[in-house]
Amino acid sequence: MKQPLVRFTNVSFTYARAQGRGGWQALRDVNLEVFEHEFVAVLGRNGSGKSTLAKHVNALLTPTSGQVLVAGLDTSVPENVWEIRQKVGMVFQNPDNQLVATTVEEDVAFGPENLGIPPAEIQRRVTEALEAVGMLQYRLHPPHRLSGGQKQRVAIAGIVSMRPKCIVLDEPTAMLDPAGRREVMETIHRLNKEEGITVLHITHHMDEVIGADRVLVMDQGRIVLEGTPREVFSQGELLRELHLDVPQITDLAQRLASRGVSIPSGILTVNEMVMHLCPSD
Amino acid sequence: MSIRLENVSFRYLEDTPMETEALLDVTLEIADGEFVGIIGPTGSGKSTLIQHFNGLLLPSSGKVWVDGVDLTHKDTQLRQIRQKVGMVFQYPEHQLFGETVLEDVGFGPRNMGLAEEEVVERVRRALAYVGLDFAELKDQSPFELSGGQKRRVAIAGVLAMEPSVLILDEPTAGLDPKGREEILDEICTLHRERGITVILVTHSMEDVARLVDRLIVMDRGRVALDGTPVEVFRQAETLKELGLGLPQVTELMHELKAKGMAVDTDVLTVEAAEEEIVKALGGQR
Repeated sequence: MKQPLVRFTNVSFTYARAQGRGGWQALRDVNLEVFEHEFVAVLGRNGSGKSTLAKHVNALLTPTSGQVLVAGLDTSVPENVWEIRQKVGMVFQNPDNQLVATTVEEDVAFGPENLGIPPAEIQRRVTEALEAVGMLQYRLHPPHRLSGGQKQRVAIAGIVSMRPKCIVLDEPTAMLDPAGRREVMETIHRLNKEEGITVLHITHHMDEVIGADRVLVMDQGRIVLEGTPREVFSQGELLRELHLDVPQITDLAQRLASRGVSIPSGILTVNEMVMHLCPSD
Repeated sequence: MSIRLENVSFRYLEDTPMETEALLDVTLEIADGEFVGIIGPTGSGKSTLIQHFNGLLLPSSGKVWVDGVDLTHKDTQLRQIRQKVGMVFQYPEHQLFGETVLEDVGFGPRNMGLAEEEVVERVRRALAYVGLDFAELKDQSPFELSGGQKRRVAIAGVLAMEPSVLILDEPTAGLDPKGREEILDEICTLHRERGITVILVTHSMEDVARLVDRLIVMDRGRVALDGTPVEVFRQAETLKELGLGLPQVTELMHELKAKGMAVDTDVLTVEAAEEEIVKALGGQR
């Protein structure tokens, strides 16, 4: 049996006296395994525990009870934290809060510089990382002049330059326009497929989940639903109860099926729908 | 209350080497009671445009009238205009500051010099519009609320001024689908019941398709398209060039039609798409 890259065993987490009030239990007995090269999407309403889960993967938070192992390293052991954070990088929602330097290439070099890597090697890594996110031609640009999607790709490059095994993205597209969202989604799918980087992608956009290998749905600190996108989105009723939704196309397919149109219910994309309604000869 | 822009151009950092033209010769009028959506790629001038609607920015050249008042005139009291034209910025919950919800939401009306009873009454009404309970929340710290509640309290702070025009910049960013739907429904109710003019800036084609009467598409500081959602979404090519899409169901109808299916492409909602496809399939068989 293959070792998972990330393993949560009976993980619970309580925020200590959250903002003046009593403790808030954000994770309840979570068990989870993420394997290398997987693309896992995480859905859940606001406050369901998604971000808390994400922050456990690179030891920004450690469990109140239970255990998180990353590549076999226990996140609760302080000596492990440095190594864990080289293996797992995080991208957050607001692109403006993540960029630190005055040029794109300096920003991307920040991580490897802190690892004490020799300058020539840093140069090579920065070039590779910017190439991987399609931002090489902007290497000398000041980051604050870039679009939101470009800023997020630079933030991702900053992580790629550390050669991580896994990237955790916490709603990286929430503040982006449709073009920016597309850029970021294409970038993380490419990193997953071509560089083999494991992806944990948290989102409120149902259509960003479609290309994932596996979807986790969280509610009240627990994983309440898990499966392929097709399996998860066939549970329209349950998803709506959980304050979520299904993509418009999936909704339409379910409605058509109930009107007697012969069409499978787990349709996820416009193309699939067209293929079923207009089969080419 | 109408808003009229005539030949408005706006340049950031005018007369410096960094000068950037953000609006170029924009002429448009928003009539009283309209529900208008504004879409456009990042940097197209959406935010600059809406800041002209209440005098937060004044044009480098051109004129802006709100309710017949010329905002560029030196004697115009912009403060009064801003009470009538309420603006909800992106992530408005970052601007919460009061110790209690009552204090925070009541800040605007209190500053208008209203009597305390009237302030409290306005806070009560504003909270009700965003689906929050006055008695339950008034003494709570806004910082202890959930993300969705904070967003609502921040919107209520603008509503408590009882503006005639409400401008919202991405009011649902970062909310879960249910939260998004609830806030948009509340805005629709406000528009319907109180007849206020609503101007919604958003990246969601699905939302504008479902909600607005009129859609303005911005591109590089100009109005690229202006019409009903049906009219705008007919311009699939132009939208694609701007990096904008169609609502998923509209895109589907275009694809089905290209494959020879007899469907109307002026479809903006899942319900309409369902009827259209059932009808087309019925005709075939």
